[in-house]
Amino acid sequence: MDSILEGFTQAVSLIIHLDPELLKIILLSLEVSGIALLIASTFGIPAGSILGLKKFRGRGFVISLSNTFMGLPPVVVGLFVYLLLSRRGPLGFMALLYNPSAMITAQTILVFPIVTSLCHSAVVTVDPIIRQAALTLGATPFQAALTVIKEARYGILSGVIAGLGRAMGEVGAILIVGGNIAGYTRVMTTTIALETDKGNFELALALGIILLIISLLINIALHLIQRKGMVRTIR
Amino acid sequence: MSLELVVSNISKSYSGDAILKNCSFTFNSSGICALMGQNGSGKSTFLRICALLEEPDSGEVNFYSEGRPVANDVSLMRRITLLLPKIGVFNTTVYKNVSYGLNIRKLKRNDIESRVEFSLDFVGLLRKKNQKALTLSSGETQRLGIARALVTEPEIIFLDEPTASVDMKNTEIIEDIIRKMKKDGRSIIMTTHDMAQAKRLSDRLLFIKDSQIVERQD
Repeated sequence: MDSILEGFTQAVSLIIHLDPELLKIILLSLEVSGIALLIASTFGIPAGSILGLKKFRGRGFVISLSNTFMGLPPVVVGLFVYLLLSRRGPLGFMALLYNPSAMITAQTILVFPIVTSLCHSAVVTVDPIIRQAALTLGATPFQAALTVIKEARYGILSGVIAGLGRAMGEVGAILIVGGNIAGYTRVMTTTIALETDKGNFELALALGIILLIISLLINIALHLIQRKGMVRTIR
Repeated sequence: MSLELVVSNISKSYSGDAILKNCSFTFNSSGICALMGQNGSGKSTFLRICALLEEPDSGEVNFYSEGRPVANDVSLMRRITLLLPKIGVFNTTVYKNVSYGLNIRKLKRNDIESRVEFSLDFVGLLRKKNQKALTLSSGETQRLGIARALVTEPEIIFLDEPTASVDMKNTEIIEDIIRKMKKDGRSIIMTTHDMAQAKRLSDRLLFIKDSQIVERQD
């Protein structure tokens, strides 16, 4: 109990004094997850919107696949990206393994299905009357589709935030492809795993506290967005 | 220059049930044409087909301008409008709902502002322009729909049961707005199941009976 309390006190001290090592790890975590989220959203939002708006052959299969991939085990993704990027792999010539690019790639693969599926759900739940109303007001089919996507904006944003949550808390994939190299590929979650193994609880706890704070902020943002999306009908 | 609508022998069925059978209809004047019929008789389907929102199984819907046929494309869709019974309110302010049709036509901001304010004033919603549209009452929502349709200055306005879900007071307000629209020279085709309302408002009365259009002559 004493060691936990001591670790906790030292963790708070690290946070208060803005320990440079701690800061570097936090910034790298935010950079890797932020870029992964940006890439996943850039492709995931249009993909989810098309799945929600367009009827095409095999659509049901693609939706099921996307939903299934939402629960992809990170270690499996890590292994897959590792095999792709390893020296003998098809993309080995790019020499991306054990650097932040590999971590971004792995997290993008993990986040993409979440953004796509939640965006699809948000778009299909928009009342079909919205698209019809847009058409009756002179919108082109493309403008009407954009109007539906705009109506789904709060749901889409929730999907993006859920994707950020997944990326920030993920450890298995980035550990495999990033290698947890100090000062280069070490991020919050991998540091927590390593320092706990070593019995150095203060840094692990400090990062744990920060991860919890980030998670809390993400949830508050999600709640605020969902609340903004729900307009109370007064009559 | 006004649009003429010519509907020729249209038929439509859903799941094997014929809703409309060889219906023909011509509309080429300003004023109000009311289409009556029982629930499920095909009034809304007929209106949606006329407004090019739905395609008939057979037959044709054509529009003419100065005797020349007009292509059924977006530019034609921008000369007509249909007010749906459930109008499809966008989750934004009253102002942005009404300005939608002008924004997609890429009009100038000043022009948009003056036209939106005129339309909102026309339906008595100007003071609510910054309110979230989804918080309006059902009568106000219906008036919002009219303002949103009217702001684009359509040549033919299709109104599908414009007073179906509103109270007596709002029915009177909406009927007054429809009369004002007629006075301004608008061409209106509306559906209603209220005979008294049809008689009060319309210059021409049609019925859908046994999946066919019948015109009342008197």
